[in-house]
Amino acid sequence: MMLVWLIVIPLVGGILAWLTARWSMQLPRWISLAAVALDLLLTLALWIHGGSTVAGGATAAWLAEVDWNWVPRFGIHFHLGVDGLSLLMLVLTFFLGIMSVLCSWTEIREQIGFFHFNLMWMLAGIAGVFLALDLFLFYFAWELMLVPMYFLIAIWGHERRIYAAIKFLLFTQLSGLLMLIAILALYFVHHQATGVYTFQYGDLLGTQLTPVAEWWIMLGFIIAFAVKLPVVPLHAWLPDAHSEAPTAGSVILAGLLLKTGAYGLLRFVVPLFPNAAHEFTPVALVLAVIGIVYGAVMAFAQTDLKRLVAYTSVSHLGFVLLGIFSWNPFGLQGAVMTMICHGLSTGALFILVGALQERTHTRDMDRMGGLWTTVPRLSGAALFFALASLGLPGLGDFVGEFLVLLGSYQISVGITVVAALGILASTFYALRMVQRVFHGENTQRWQLPDLSPREALIIAPMIVALLWLGLYPQPVLNTFAPAMHNLQREANLPAVVWQKR
Amino acid sequence: MTRADCITLLPLILIAGTAILVMLVIAFKRHHALAAGLTVAGLVAVFMSVLAVIPYVPRHVTPLLIMDRYALFYMGVIIVSAVAVAVLSFPYFEKQEGHHEELYVLLSIATLGCAVLVASSHLMSFFLGLEILSVSLYAMIAYLREHKQSLEAGFKYLVLAAASSAFLLFGMALVYADLGTMEFSRIAAASAVPSHLGLWLPGIVLIVTGIGFKLAVVPFHLWTPDVYEGAPAPVTAFIATVSKVAILALLLRFFYYPGVQQSRTLFVVFAIIAVASMIAGNLLALWQTNVKRILAYSSIAHFGYMLVAFVAGGTMAVEAVTFYLVAYTVTTLGAFGVVTVLSDSSRDADRLDDYQGLFWRRPLMAGIFTVMLLSLAGIPATMGFFAKFYVLAVGASATKWSLIIILVMTSTIGLFYYLRILVALYSTSSEGEPSVQAVASVSGIVLAVLTALLLWFGLYPALLLDMIQRHAVPSVAELLTPESEKLSQPIASGAVYFRPTATLIFDADVGAHVAGRSESAQSPVQDRPVELGVGR
Repeated sequence: MMLVWLIVIPLVGGILAWLTARWSMQLPRWISLAAVALDLLLTLALWIHGGSTVAGGATAAWLAEVDWNWVPRFGIHFHLGVDGLSLLMLVLTFFLGIMSVLCSWTEIREQIGFFHFNLMWMLAGIAGVFLALDLFLFYFAWELMLVPMYFLIAIWGHERRIYAAIKFLLFTQLSGLLMLIAILALYFVHHQATGVYTFQYGDLLGTQLTPVAEWWIMLGFIIAFAVKLPVVPLHAWLPDAHSEAPTAGSVILAGLLLKTGAYGLLRFVVPLFPNAAHEFTPVALVLAVIGIVYGAVMAFAQTDLKRLVAYTSVSHLGFVLLGIFSWNPFGLQGAVMTMICHGLSTGALFILVGALQERTHTRDMDRMGGLWTTVPRLSGAALFFALASLGLPGLGDFVGEFLVLLGSYQISVGITVVAALGILASTFYALRMVQRVFHGENTQRWQLPDLSPREALIIAPMIVALLWLGLYPQPVLNTFAPAMHNLQREANLPAVVWQKR
Repeated sequence: MTRADCITLLPLILIAGTAILVMLVIAFKRHHALAAGLTVAGLVAVFMSVLAVIPYVPRHVTPLLIMDRYALFYMGVIIVSAVAVAVLSFPYFEKQEGHHEELYVLLSIATLGCAVLVASSHLMSFFLGLEILSVSLYAMIAYLREHKQSLEAGFKYLVLAAASSAFLLFGMALVYADLGTMEFSRIAAASAVPSHLGLWLPGIVLIVTGIGFKLAVVPFHLWTPDVYEGAPAPVTAFIATVSKVAILALLLRFFYYPGVQQSRTLFVVFAIIAVASMIAGNLLALWQTNVKRILAYSSIAHFGYMLVAFVAGGTMAVEAVTFYLVAYTVTTLGAFGVVTVLSDSSRDADRLDDYQGLFWRRPLMAGIFTVMLLSLAGIPATMGFFAKFYVLAVGASATKWSLIIILVMTSTIGLFYYLRILVALYSTSSEGEPSVQAVASVSGIVLAVLTALLLWFGLYPALLLDMIQRHAVPSVAELLTPESEKLSQPIASGAVYFRPTATLIFDADVGAHVAGRSESAQSPVQDRPVELGVGR
């Protein structure tokens, strides 16, 4: 039942926020904050209670589960379940949710109620994606994430917001519909094999598929997740959406929405279609590495601060893809660690950039410079997160990237070398960003207020979290370990050794 | 006509009675509210009678009509939609000058025509119902005769509808000349055996022409944008929903005897119509800036989607099409309802400028319109999503992959123009304070009910699916070919009544070649079902 509350609380909170906006400008913010904080507490309680002891899957029990009949006609159940992987993602979701509510405290001034309504419903949709164990429900939540984000970008965004919002919606909607066709194909193939109509994840695992069918259906899923992740040819929506969205929108986009793509790959693609995924591995690895390098190079070339951070997402999520398709313990652990730490570090970077934009009213790096003198605390924080982003040891991102490289080394040395070069490239853009914006002379004579207590309140926990994850990641790895073992077992893949020529 | 026949015909008799009553009342006293109120009361009584008649069906009433649960279900949908249109049109026409009581008479007569269509089992009742509907529509579309656009729309519709009726009649004549019968069941049986004249297939294709015009599918759609734009908004709502529902119900009934998939020609014809409608409907809407025209093209596209399910065939297809129809009706009534509410006496609120920043001025209306647009676009939590999902499921189960891919692609194109309206709704307007003008409470209630239905059935469609499964799936299910999909859950079928009975009073069969034809509906000679499957 708790899982249902995790979804219902933001939904109700959003409606309340919208309704109370009529009377007060502050009440919606507080209501949203309370709702997300409550959810975070529930999730943490779930984690402490026993998140590391169970793993989900076809045979193993889930940590918590809810299973109701929804549309019996089709075999659609309202089936939620959480295991170590989903738990970690949920914690990230609600943590970043709190941060996004806090960081829009002063930025959003119009239609505050509707803004928080969209924010809350988006969080509910994301939670639904991480919790859904019924493929129809998964698709339902997947699509439900889109519309509030569209409104968020289109109404409260920056100059080219309409273009960015439409692009975002079209890319994700088309890929989502292709995934729906794939889901339906799997549904009917399963029926032909067993005579049972079901959308249940547990039942669909192990469906006997012909190689051709497996390839095509997997492709449908992969396209949807590749657009979300994003994998390089399909990433075009990302820079625009990230840079034109309001700060909270960017945080949720980078921190959470991209992770849903990776989660989908982990949870659905490889376990459901192990053979086809195995054959797809070379392509995936190459695309991942292209993403890493391309993202880094493009980030280096940007003058728009937000676009720079957006491209770093492409680069980092390339590591996640690399880790997932290495499909060995190191790679998988690295992928999940990178997912979490990237969410934190990039989320924080977006918050800081948003704070800068509120103060300077520009995102153009050429117009900034030497800001350290006027906003030392903000600059210090930005330096910290830039170092985190480039993978400095001692901070979370390093742990993730290191594990990913360990994992991919067992698959192919060449790929690992190129990926490591990508880390080198990330040094370029991160340090260039800091140098351009914060170091040097304050030629534009900026006089800006430094971090307010509220902003410090947002940044401090994220610094602590990244330090903790960087220095002592073991609890997180333990939480994910059973889930990872289960996924590997369901995919039934031995560790792949694949030599690139 | 026995007493039982009259009882089963009660809904139709009551609709006619309503029309006559309102007409007489108008003759004695012209009072807009009275006429509207009487019409609504009469239609509500008809709805009650539909519920009351359920125990007496199924029944063949003369060879022309068949009152079964399928017909009653669709009559229910039609009556409810007609009530909604009547309620919405009352405030709209109040704002206009002059007397407008006759509209309700026309509305009732058109509803009668639709009711006859869904209950028809004979080509003649098909034609009669169609003409009753069409003639009323001619007058309803041109109703605001002071407005040139309205008159122009009426003329366009008159000329094109008359032409399509002529084609329809010609097709009916060919079928009769070849098969010697006009009853649907016998046509189905007779068409299974190859005939020496070979005229029935061209005849059916011509009938499809007539149906296609009324459904506004490509290439018979050219009247749609102009008529939708020119007609008064409530009348547009009526054309878009009630008349199309009736025709599609008849189409389902007509073609589920032989089954579209059994005749290769018909399959190809409908597949082409479906694909063309999806593509043309969505692409042509991209250029529009008039909201009514956008909705017109989008309805063309939606009927394309429905025809995909229709073409895929199988029992699931009937359910899918019915569910989609109900979803489409609720959504379209809601969308045109908003247009109606926002219109004033000079012109309809159909320009995109009328909707700029509507959310900041009239948030409830904008909210309702948003929900309707999201449903048209197929976003989850709305009925439109589930309907689209159902159509995709049916297409996938019949492995019509190309049709499904085209559906998905064109759906995404459709997002463009829905988003254009959505963006306009939420764009910041120059006014400071949101001003909320009064909405007529009855219209508000209708729109609120429609939105609630949309969201309720979008989140929990099981209720509606049950209703459709129990009432709307005709026992044609038994007549389908063995290769068709049978679901693991049992289909609740009505009593078997589509076997040609010996109790018919009126036997119109002529010609010796009829006597030799098989009386069973299971056709011994069938074309191979055509599949656009991949790798099967």
